[in-house]
Parts: sequence; structure tokens; C-alpha cells
Amino acid sequence: MAQFLDLWVQYAPLMLAGLVTTAWICALATVLGIAVGLVLACLDGIAFEPLRWAIRAYVEIMRGLPILILLFVLYYGGPSVGLRLSAGTVGVFGLGFYGAAYFAEIFRSGFQSIPKGQIEAARMAGLTGSQIIRHIKLPQMLVLITPPMVNQIIILIKESAVLSIITVAELTKNTTQFVNETYAVIQPYVAAAVLYWLLVEAVAQLGKLVERRVRF
Amino acid sequence: MPVTTFTLIQNNLPVMLWGAGMTVLVSGIAIILGMPLGLVLCFGVSSSNRWVSRISRVYQSVWRGTPILVQLLIIYYLLPLIGINVPPILAAIIALTLNTIAFQAEIFRGGLQAIPPGQMEAARMVGIRIWAARRTILVPQIFRLVIPSLVNETISILKNSSLVSVIAVTELMRVSQQIVATTYRPFEIYIAAAVIYIVINLVLSLAGRTAERRLAHGT
Repeated sequence: MAQFLDLWVQYAPLMLAGLVTTAWICALATVLGIAVGLVLACLDGIAFEPLRWAIRAYVEIMRGLPILILLFVLYYGGPSVGLRLSAGTVGVFGLGFYGAAYFAEIFRSGFQSIPKGQIEAARMAGLTGSQIIRHIKLPQMLVLITPPMVNQIIILIKESAVLSIITVAELTKNTTQFVNETYAVIQPYVAAAVLYWLLVEAVAQLGKLVERRVRF
Repeated sequence: MPVTTFTLIQNNLPVMLWGAGMTVLVSGIAIILGMPLGLVLCFGVSSSNRWVSRISRVYQSVWRGTPILVQLLIIYYLLPLIGINVPPILAAIIALTLNTIAFQAEIFRGGLQAIPPGQMEAARMVGIRIWAARRTILVPQIFRLVIPSLVNETISILKNSSLVSVIAVTELMRVSQQIVATTYRPFEIYIAAAVIYIVINLVLSLAGRTAERRLAHGT
């Protein structure tokens, strides 16, 4: 039994380092995804058909693709078209641009929830387009979109396990190293599951906090 | 002389389509097996028996809260450890099924909540057994309500099935990797695989929309 637990003590630094990398990559990807998603959703509001078509195509393609194939195109296919990125960079950009499609849809549904009359009134009062988004649309839709946003961030965290396949030293990658070095199976994976669960739970709790904040 | 993109794709398309067939097969079996089991779990979660609902919730929380890649690796490496040797494809199907059950149960629960409880009470009053009532009264209505979410889940499982390439199941992703290993043309091959995935998903969402329209007529 002592030996069983020893492995955990021995590999705690490796697993925690993996957890930190996972958290760090997911944080960057989330920021990137939300920023790009918001831009896409705002551009979608402009009545210029070709642009809207391009955005729809982007969203549909990203949502129809396995994240693994996106990462492979970027990481292994990239160099043959002159795009050389480190595995970690591919991870952040891949997850970020993948998440952006989902975030854009969440923002879009949020924008649609604002009654037209309010926008017309704001325009009559002389507010500009960006002012309308900042002062009228965003504050109201935050209430509505916070739960699906948190949900999407949690999905991104779980998807980030795939980065292990393109050799990013995140939690899953370090777990397989733990397995390969010790031939143990139960301890590494139980540890990984618990650590992922802790991270996800932390994000969920943070989401609940934000939800209470944005409610009026 | 390097092969042109066209010849490259032309030469490898049959193998890739075979891989795509495997992808559809594995995720199809998982989704279909997941439906009845997901329904059972859904009734478990909403059960009035505290222990049944608690255990169901723990199952759901674990499978929805961990990465599917980790689940797949656990099943693939853990089963032989307890003396059960399964081929990779079976491990893949088991992992995807156990995962989709948790998600489908949540989808069905949403549908279940939309049905007035009076129906079940009435059915129980006239003496229909609980599982018979669930099967004949609740399930058909639930299905009609949740088709859009079910299509989403199917697409999600289809995309996640690319992960089973890690345990050497020769589906689309794995086949693509093998082709890349021999041709050294990752860009074109992976883009081609991406196109195949998108086409399958497009067909799925179109089929879903048709099913939705058909069933809406039935009401």
C-alpha cells in the first residue's frame, strides 16, 4: 500500500507541472478564442453578405472538424507551406481558433436576445455602433451567455488533452510518461482524472461567481 | 518528380474512404448502444430513490468531467490489467459508448423535464407498470424533443472518434497518419481527411433536420 502511494509522491512534481501547462495553455486559448469569437460575432452583425458567408463557413468548418485533425494540419502540415510553429504554439492557436467558432455562436445567440427596439432607441439617441455593443448589448447578454461560455471553457480544457498527441508536455502527456516509466496504470490515470476534475471544478465554481456578479 | 496533389489524393482516396467507413461504424455503434443505456441512466438520475440517483449522478459527473482521451487510455490499458483482453476496436467502442451514455442521459433528462408529470401519474393510475409507461409514453415524446441535441451529440462522438487512432484502430485519422508516414505529404492528406469529416458531419446535420421535420408532422 505504501508503495502504491509512493508513486504519487514521486511523480507529483511531473503531474503538477503538466497541470500547470494545461491550465496555462487553456487560459491563453480561452482568451484568444473569446477575442476572435467576439470579433466574428460583431462582424456577423454587419450587413455585408460575402463577409457573413465567410464567417458562417468558418464556424461550420471548425465545428465539423475533430480538433485532432486541425492540430495535425497545423503541426505536421504547416511546415510544408512554410508555417513552423512549436507544439505549444500550435496548441494555443489550434484550441483558440477552434474555440472561437463556438464562442462566436454563443455571442451571436446573445446578440440576438437583445430586443430590436432597444438598438433602435440607442441609435436614435445618437450612440455609435461600438457604443451600442459596449453599453447596451454586452452588459445584458453577459447574464445569458455566461453559463454556455463556462461550459465551452470546460470543453476546451478537456479537448486540450489531445495536445499530448502532438507532444505538448501537458497533463495527459506527462501521465503517459508516468505510465511508461513505472508500468503502473491505475495511479497515473486516477491522478490525471482527479487533476482534470479539479481544474474543471475550479472553472465551474469561478463561472458561478461570475454568474452571480453579472446578474442584475 | 513529386506526385501532384491530385494524383496523391486519387491514389489514397479509397483507403481513406475505407477509414471513414470505420469511423462511421465505430461512432455509429457507440451512439446506438448509448441510446437505451442513456435512457436508463436518465431515469436513474431523475429517480426518486436517493441512492440510485446519487450513483447515476456520480457516473455522469465522472464521464462528463474527464477528457475522452484519458477515458480511452484508461479502458484500453486497464482492461488487460484485470484480465480482460479486448482488441483495440472493442475498447474504442466501449469507451465511446460509456462516454456518450453520460451525455445522452443529460440530453434525455432535458426532454423528460419538458413532459408534464401528469402524464406519468395518469399512466400509473390506470395501472401501467412504470417501465412500460416510460417506454410507451415518455420515450417516444422524449425522442421527438431531443433530436437536435442528439444530432449534436452524434457529431461530437464522430469527431471524438478520431482519438481512437491513438490505440491503433484504423479509422480515418489513423489511415491518414499511415498514408502520411509513407508519402511525407501531411498537408494535403490531413486537409483531405478534414474534408471527409466535414462532409460526414454535413450529411448528419442534414439528416437530423429532415428527421426533425418528419417527426414534427407527426404531432
